Amino acid sequence: MTTHTAERRPARAAAGHPHTAPPPAGAARRRRLADQARAWAFLLGGLICFALFSWYPAIRAVVIAFQKYTPGNPPEWVGTANFTRVLHDPEFGAAWRNTLTFTVLALLIGFAVPFLLALVLNELRHAKAFFRVVVYLPVMIPPVVSALLWKWFYDPGAGLANEVLRALHLPTSQWTNGTDTALVSLVLVATWANMGGTVLIYLAALQSIPGELYEAAELDGANLLQRIRHVTVPQTRFVILMLMLLQIIATMQVFTEPFVITGGGPENATVTVLYLIYKYAFLYNDFGGACALSVMLLVLLALFSALYLRLTRSGSGQEDA
Amino acid sequence: MSTRTLISPAALARPRGKAVYWTVFTATVLLFVLAFLFPVYWMVTGALKSPDEVAQTPPTLVPRHWHTSAYTDAWDLMQLPRHLANTAVQAAGAWACQLVLCTAAAYALSKLKPVFGRVVLGGILATLMVPAQALVVPKYLTVADLPLIHTSLLNDPLAIWLPAAANAFNLYLLKRFFDQIPRDVLEAAEIDGAGKLRILWSIVLPMSRPVLGVVSIFALVGVWQDFLWPLMVFSDTDKQPISVALVQLSQNIPLTVLIAAMVIASFPVVALFLVFQRHIIAGIGAGSVKG
Repeated sequence: MTTHTAERRPARAAAGHPHTAPPPAGAARRRRLADQARAWAFLLGGLICFALFSWYPAIRAVVIAFQKYTPGNPPEWVGTANFTRVLHDPEFGAAWRNTLTFTVLALLIGFAVPFLLALVLNELRHAKAFFRVVVYLPVMIPPVVSALLWKWFYDPGAGLANEVLRALHLPTSQWTNGTDTALVSLVLVATWANMGGTVLIYLAALQSIPGELYEAAELDGANLLQRIRHVTVPQTRFVILMLMLLQIIATMQVFTEPFVITGGGPENATVTVLYLIYKYAFLYNDFGGACALSVMLLVLLALFSALYLRLTRSGSGQEDA
Repeated sequence: MSTRTLISPAALARPRGKAVYWTVFTATVLLFVLAFLFPVYWMVTGALKSPDEVAQTPPTLVPRHWHTSAYTDAWDLMQLPRHLANTAVQAAGAWACQLVLCTAAAYALSKLKPVFGRVVLGGILATLMVPAQALVVPKYLTVADLPLIHTSLLNDPLAIWLPAAANAFNLYLLKRFFDQIPRDVLEAAEIDGAGKLRILWSIVLPMSRPVLGVVSIFALVGVWQDFLWPLMVFSDTDKQPISVALVQLSQNIPLTVLIAAMVIASFPVVALFLVFQRHIIAGIGAGSVKG
């Protein structure tokens, strides 16, 4: 620390306060130290929280993944035993398959729909505030409430979903009670509950497209679809990619919907990775296994996050240029 | 007033363009009402129906008789006042912690130039790469037995408040905003003899109202919406926030009472949203595009 202050002093003195003559070296040094002490005092509270609840748990996840850990007892090193145990769990395959299917379906449904909605909304010149408030309303409803609400809608007996199908003379569905339909049903809930954010962000991106580009394209004889393909999509490519990655990261961590609506059933059709982590920790009391799973999820998600951060960095750089 | 979009104003002015526009407009309004408003309507009115009426097929669109008993039952039987109060305390504390600790840290990193400041900022930004939910188990173990002092925060609102302050996104948002405040303003205050805290309180914070508003709203809503973390941390029913209590109690409670409880649980955040909708919607659009 002292070397640092010594190195920095000349720079400071050069930039220093014009109204004072440079004080003697000892006093300047004391002042620098006092400044540093004050700076770190401001930083300290937040830093302790980050250390305790972000950095330390991240390290601990990796450590405990190689330990047999029971709260209150000294941990034992077990090598890769946690990983092999977790890998041989029949639910392991199901959880990853479901999570990946969920993510892909959420991209297909949960991405195409808000994208189209934003395109249409951007063209409408009336009731703008109404559309924005209404589309964001489900995002504001607590996720637990949306999950319980849709659990009621999906009820095969008197649920709204089958009532609507019956009123339209369509065949009814088992929804979350059928092994084939359960996962898709949950994707619909997640899409309904979360798409407001995507719509609003994409809408903001659409509004930043210069109108001259559309005019030029139209003069060149481009029809509506061509204008979307050659102007809208390329102009918002960066936001589209960013939203996609964010959505992948979010849906890979899905927990509330399967926990509240299906409890992972029927026949493990909706068990997700995070749900399995929860089960290992709080049902099996196997914290080593839970941390082994967490580390796997962490590595995968960190890859996506790194990609996202790279994109946002380079993207904002382009914006400034 | 409006800039040129996909469809040209000229095309919209033509009779055929007008007809298409109003058809699409009506269809979109209908879609929005059916997809987003109707489920909410169904929830609010479902709780007003009698237990028989809510289970009947085909269902009634409007409740035949208005029963408010489900709402009063939910309020009394499910101890909603207690759970709402728990949630409010957790959200308010998390908001305060986040505002005080993140603002102070962001101010230090932006204006006070601490040694190793860049390392610290890098460490904080690195946590953005680690999605919170994936670390929930080791975080739980940390909260259950804090290192060095060996205290458990389980069933204590502090278990929500303190981790909430470790919010890299909000800290970075604040720091970037503080970075834009010109140095000369702060130096002028320093010459006038103001201390660092005084400068933060009377100059930096008043200039940062917009970003403080955004951070506040997201801090409050975040706690109100959270489920997995409070589910792990609060095993004591009396301490649980409303989201956890709803799920725990949903098994053995009449349907209409549960629906009424769901409406009550949503009310505070939805009301907050409707009051601040302009700021929230603008914040989402502007904040996320610029990253």
